Amino acid sequence: MAHQSELIEKDILAYLKSQEEKSLLRFITCGSVDDGKSTLIGRLLWDSKMIFEDQLAALEVDSKKVGTQGGAIDYALLLDGLQAEREQGITIDVAYRFFSTDRRKFIVADTPGHEQYTRNMVTGASTAQVAVILVDARKGLLTQTRRHSYLVSLVGIRHVVLAINKMDLVDFDQQRFESILRDYEQFAAPLGFASITAIPISALNGDNIIEASDNTPWYHGPALLNYLETVRVEDDTRKQPFRFPVQWVNRPHLDFRGFCGTIAAGTIRPGDELQVASSGRTSRVARIVTMNGDLPEAVAGQAVTLTLTDEIDISRGDMLAATDAPPRLSRHPEAHLVWLQDEALQPGKIYLVKTATAVTPGRVTRVQYAVDVNTLEQKQVPALGLNEIGVVRLELDRPVAFDPYLQNRETGSFILIDRFSNATVAAGMVISAAPLESAEAQLTEPPSSSEAGRFLPRRFILSEFSISGTEMGVADLTREWGPIEFEVSTSFLDYLGKGNRILFRLRDVGQLEPVARMAYEHNLNFEFGRDQDRVNVILYQDQQSSVALHAELHGGGL
Amino acid sequence: MSPNLTHLQQLEAESIHIIREVVAEFANPVMLYSIGKDSAVMLHLARKAFYPAPPPFPLLHVDTTWKFREMIQFRDRMAAECGLDLIVHVNVEGVSRGVSPFTHGSALYTDIMKTEGLKQALDKYKFDAAFGGARRDEEKSRAKERIFSFRSAHHRWDPKNQRPELWNLYNTRIKPGESIRVFPLSNWTELDVWQYIHLQQIPIVPLYYAAVRPVVERDGMLIMVDDERLVLEPGEQVQHKSVRFRTLGCYPLTGAVESTADTLPKIIQEMLLTRTSERQGRLIDHDQAGSMEKKKQEGYF
Repeated sequence: MAHQSELIEKDILAYLKSQEEKSLLRFITCGSVDDGKSTLIGRLLWDSKMIFEDQLAALEVDSKKVGTQGGAIDYALLLDGLQAEREQGITIDVAYRFFSTDRRKFIVADTPGHEQYTRNMVTGASTAQVAVILVDARKGLLTQTRRHSYLVSLVGIRHVVLAINKMDLVDFDQQRFESILRDYEQFAAPLGFASITAIPISALNGDNIIEASDNTPWYHGPALLNYLETVRVEDDTRKQPFRFPVQWVNRPHLDFRGFCGTIAAGTIRPGDELQVASSGRTSRVARIVTMNGDLPEAVAGQAVTLTLTDEIDISRGDMLAATDAPPRLSRHPEAHLVWLQDEALQPGKIYLVKTATAVTPGRVTRVQYAVDVNTLEQKQVPALGLNEIGVVRLELDRPVAFDPYLQNRETGSFILIDRFSNATVAAGMVISAAPLESAEAQLTEPPSSSEAGRFLPRRFILSEFSISGTEMGVADLTREWGPIEFEVSTSFLDYLGKGNRILFRLRDVGQLEPVARMAYEHNLNFEFGRDQDRVNVILYQDQQSSVALHAELHGGGL
Repeated sequence: MSPNLTHLQQLEAESIHIIREVVAEFANPVMLYSIGKDSAVMLHLARKAFYPAPPPFPLLHVDTTWKFREMIQFRDRMAAECGLDLIVHVNVEGVSRGVSPFTHGSALYTDIMKTEGLKQALDKYKFDAAFGGARRDEEKSRAKERIFSFRSAHHRWDPKNQRPELWNLYNTRIKPGESIRVFPLSNWTELDVWQYIHLQQIPIVPLYYAAVRPVVERDGMLIMVDDERLVLEPGEQVQHKSVRFRTLGCYPLTGAVESTADTLPKIIQEMLLTRTSERQGRLIDHDQAGSMEKKKQEGYF
């Protein structure tokens, strides 16, 4: 802001115009206790001149009274908002801070380094696009550094700044900087970040925060602020298939019926065809209504009201989606779960599952494994405790529309709420929403990638894993519009061999053929039925007919 | 393809999403309307969220009886223009005990007329969710408050026991008597608010614009003589100065700044060129260290 003060003075309207095109970047800072996070953010606020005179006066008084810098300005005090924190000298909750440069507005989530407050870090990271991970140059990587990096990758942040702080205390030693970076790159390799940018800094003295420091002539990368101003965060959600969780049906009078919501993915124009994810019913967009006039187009991130050309049944909780690439409807999503509550997860207990579209009762049927956040190794556990992360299988009361979290944060995330205490007990990220595991990663490839690809049968692997549940497994094919084929695993046959039954929901009778062929090839039985406009097939293994078949094959005859 | 969303478009969308979520999930929401510029933006966003319908909730103004007269006129006009029900609540008990900012000091006065008044109104109408226009950049303790901020049946905020708030998935579950304060402008800054008012041409109370007004200097602040209840102390003199207000509250507690900024761009220009933060014009925040945190725990907005 300081750079433009001349323009502000001389031509405020030109200045305001220049500010209209600013973008927004949300980032998170994380690191261990005493790594200097609060000092770093205080410094960014300070140097972008967002500290006002009266705050400065208060800061000077506070620095003398409770500061940790021997009476000199203690930037951390700008951030430690709660009295309890001042007394303990630690940050105990997520704080959001704002500053702005000529190019961007920034929202910073300042999160605690204390181990027991992992939940706050996940909270702060869930909306961030970039993570600034602080490391003390004297100490190198710590357990918490690893934990935070893993969490950052888990919540889908793709760009990481490794801010190697307190370089002044290691004499700005290049070798030290490079050895920490090497360690980190090795550790972070499996986390799949799109970029790791290491910057040698001193938050306290301001080295490489706003401008390149004379103390690090060997460093040729950007200063931190410069990086934050220019980093390109890929925002490809508007190119993805359309997703519109319906938040509210607006019906002020009989002539207007609008569906309000925020576009979670894709781009929409009047005339575009949409379908209701739960019912498969289709219609077209009539208008994109806003108070500033109808829009010719709306994109991911915009909060709009859509009207459709047909009267079809849509309510809060439904998702409107592209007809050529609808989301998966699933009762049994598999997901990463971060447990946020003292009271451990109880598999089998009913929680409320809040997703982008709906609140649905559901339970965790199985904890596949927990992840050791220090080694990233999998371990077998009966349940998840506070701050533990694992992969679980859920069973929902009714099918819910999901996309994989890696594809879309909005339609792939959920929280679990305790029905009695109403506490938010867990954060979930859907890995795979389909009750059937597809052999190809069709949900992550762009829609209608090639004409040839469209007519290749979609191949599903059927395994016990893919249909697990406490009652009859469901394989929903109503979302499939092209040819399909199945690959059957031994565990799937074993599952049926134990007397379990699988319900196949078909879009139309044409899908019966691949199911029938599979049944034929694996000596399975099926029952066929219709309900309203749906076709259902129950697949099972009849012990008797299996025996008869066995006898026939071995010469017994019928 | 449309250009990327600007920061104001993103903030607007986030706020509209929050407002709709409240209406969808709560039985009896209300919007606390303080008549200031943040309330003006919040009300504008609410209208956008439900257009072409009016927002499906009433406005609540907790009137301390010491607001600027122009604020009250503006309030009544806006409610009528937006087609909204306006509930005005006054803590009559406070009034009957003669509580005023002059006699009781700003801390006790605010507690009785604002905090208590607000609690009375929320209890009387049994609102389960109340929108407030607070921003996280205003004050340190607000920086840590959730967008959906839980309040106990006694309206208390427990900063150490806040619900984690992830993505845009807001936990709206409460038990009878409990409530949620919702802050749709959490992520806006003062500059964002002004820029948005400028871009969207949102009407604001004229007191924000500089004009010649009668003021007295008291405790280092310029206090406007808005009605006859302001009694001059020995040595005080009414002066006519070109002043405006950066923040609006009860007139005896709200300091004016000398200014000639009589248009919106000039106001923004002045704001950017000064180095005094916004809430300094309000006496109540300086009463005691961590005073806002204390007030919030007790139920002040």
